[in-house]
Amino acid sequence: MARGYEPRLNRVASRWALIGVPAISVMLGSMTVLIPQVSVLPLLPPFGLLILLAWRMIVRDLWPVWAALPLGFFDDIFSGQPLGSAMLLWTLVFLVLDIFDRWMMWRDYRQDWAIAGTLVAVVQLVGLAIANGSGGNTNAVVLLPQIIVSILIFPLMVRLCARLDVLRWTL
Amino acid sequence: MAPPSPRRPGFSRRAQYGIFASYVIAVAGAGFALLLVLTSRFDPNGHSALQSILADMTSPISSAARSALASTGDVGESIGAYFDAASKNKAMAKELAASKRQLIEADVLRQENRRLKQLLGLKNDAIQPITRAALVSSTGASSRRYATLSAGASDGVTNGQPVVGPDGLVGRVVSVGRVSARVLLIVDGGNVTPVKRSVDGAPALAIGTGDGRLILRPLTSGVQFKPGDIFVTSGSGGIYRPGIAVARAIDRGREGTKARPLADPARLDYAEVEPIYQAPPPPAPSQIGEAKEN
Repeated sequence: MARGYEPRLNRVASRWALIGVPAISVMLGSMTVLIPQVSVLPLLPPFGLLILLAWRMIVRDLWPVWAALPLGFFDDIFSGQPLGSAMLLWTLVFLVLDIFDRWMMWRDYRQDWAIAGTLVAVVQLVGLAIANGSGGNTNAVVLLPQIIVSILIFPLMVRLCARLDVLRWTL
Repeated sequence: MAPPSPRRPGFSRRAQYGIFASYVIAVAGAGFALLLVLTSRFDPNGHSALQSILADMTSPISSAARSALASTGDVGESIGAYFDAASKNKAMAKELAASKRQLIEADVLRQENRRLKQLLGLKNDAIQPITRAALVSSTGASSRRYATLSAGASDGVTNGQPVVGPDGLVGRVVSVGRVSARVLLIVDGGNVTPVKRSVDGAPALAIGTGDGRLILRPLTSGVQFKPGDIFVTSGSGGIYRPGIAVARAIDRGREGTKARPLADPARLDYAEVEPIYQAPPPPAPSQIGEAKEN
């Protein structure tokens, strides 16, 4: 399809793409549990949360604090955790990150990684406590491999989100 | 200069109120989410009804993906099969010879069994499965071990029904939507299955650990389970009919004997949903008296 003349410089990015690309990437991350594989061990890292954190680290003012609520709800639909668990935990993560933003104005990448890794581990452990409260009885040691995988895969998610960040301004 | 904080938008009242409102919404929403989490603890039935509505919407996605990917799943396994093929072949030949002998013995036993049942006047009623369906996905990122079954209330599935694969017990249905159902696998940390050792009927409880294994706790003291023992459902307490294969003991630990489930849900294509087994009621006292008189 032939497109008309478009200025390369100083052009206005689509508002839908600016908001939509990050949101859709997080939702796709939450949907990775739909891959047709019935696993007996929790090994799949929580991609939704990882991509959410990566966006939050790259673009600090991308989302208002309440954005974690609908995204968490979407994650709860798929994750198998009791409904409300990601809504609660992801919102708390955003609030904690706001406090961190106040404490540490200057953060380098490794500090971001450390903060994100700690938060992911805490979210997973509290999520386990919530799941156990609703009738499960799983030992926390079982989560260890999943937490390690999540922390190691976080830089990859940051790379992915950086690519998507470029994409959303040029769409 | 430090980067301007997006949370302090200068002197614009409008922007300040907007940010304040977003915090209010976030905290209120977190409180609402906490209430939802609490319902899962104190009103599990209402909570699972909510979740089954959502599961109905997502199960078609994984069903479609599953049928598309079904052929690629075995690649790793078929490559692995080439390694030490010779020694495997030898071991299998030995096993085949042994099982042929056992098959003949089983044939004799089956005939004897039928004869004895005829003598007792028992009807040989095989259990008719309610439906056959595919296990399409599981909760890989959560610590609970649920799988989604592609059959629901419209196929006659109801809560509590056992799900059995070709190799053994998979789990039981815990919430039902219209076209999908959620199955709690036997390896989930919250699932307890009454079992017995297949050879002598020593009763035990198989408790899921959440990491793909089970812990076997003997119900009678002094019983020691050995690695290699096979356990089947005992039928006590209902739900599971007796005689469904459950697990094989692998090693003895401090907390009890560890076991691996015989039905590997990761390799399962189809599973059968069976009706809930109701244990036959104990004979009434008067009948016992009559039996003695006879």
